[in-house]
Amino acid sequence: MITVNGKPEELEGSVTVKEYLESKQYRTDRVAVEKNGEIVPKSRYEDTKICQGDCLEIVSFVGGG
Amino acid sequence: MERDTKIPSREEIRDILELRHGKEIQQKLSDARVAVAGLGGLGSNVAVQLARTGVGHLHLIDYDCVDLSNLNRQHYFIRHLGKPKTDALREQLLEIHPYLDIRTDTVKVTQDNVAELFTEDEIICEAFDVPENKAMLVNGIMEHFPEKYLVCGSGMAGFGDSNAIHTRKVMKRIYLCGDETTEAVEGRGLMAPRVALCAAHEANMILELILNIMQQGGN
Repeated sequence: MITVNGKPEELEGSVTVKEYLESKQYRTDRVAVEKNGEIVPKSRYEDTKICQGDCLEIVSFVGGG
Repeated sequence: MERDTKIPSREEIRDILELRHGKEIQQKLSDARVAVAGLGGLGSNVAVQLARTGVGHLHLIDYDCVDLSNLNRQHYFIRHLGKPKTDALREQLLEIHPYLDIRTDTVKVTQDNVAELFTEDEIICEAFDVPENKAMLVNGIMEHFPEKYLVCGSGMAGFGDSNAIHTRKVMKRIYLCGDETTEAVEGRGLMAPRVALCAAHEANMILELILNIMQQGGN
């Protein structure tokens, strides 16, 4: 199990942050991601693994201002 | 005939703000340093509210000039058309409070200048329009300045449903204002009341940071 934006979720196998975001149809250029309280820099999405017990916060922005 | 208006002294303005807000509170507001990145519907309204409150050090950032299409929601006037938004807004803020310390940067914020642009600011208000730019700024600040506070806007297009606009702590030292879903699209554009509502959420969160959260050294 992992926690995403405060909600528990099943984690099947091992995925990277990039793979996770894409599987959930996030636009990777419109998000900011924190894993276990630390920022995941965009340059690290591809090599940062999500493991059982991890806690993710994903903020996705919409246009307008 | 136009009446000559005497510009009040620094002391008069300080006294009146202290009377309204309380002396200790006003001192903290006067000492605070806030950057507003993007001076459109969100940023121009946030800056006006912070200036009225007497937030002492404001850093205004935008590369764009005032356009006729901005006047439906942004805090500018016909006389500002064609002027850089930084200059047009500074002019207005100084008419509200002539003794504010206002720094302007008429530049486009990119990944490459985030690190130098925001060194002096304690709190950064994200007030961009384009979602990729919002994400770029948030990522840049998180990477370069994890100790700083960020207040962002997302989702404020259209009209009605005022109560859907909210403020939420989304990460360590990052707060998000808006309904988080309603983006500007054709047929559902940005309109003054809802944009101003979101701007007020951002400005109000900034006050809470200055007056409570930062005083306690919290996140």
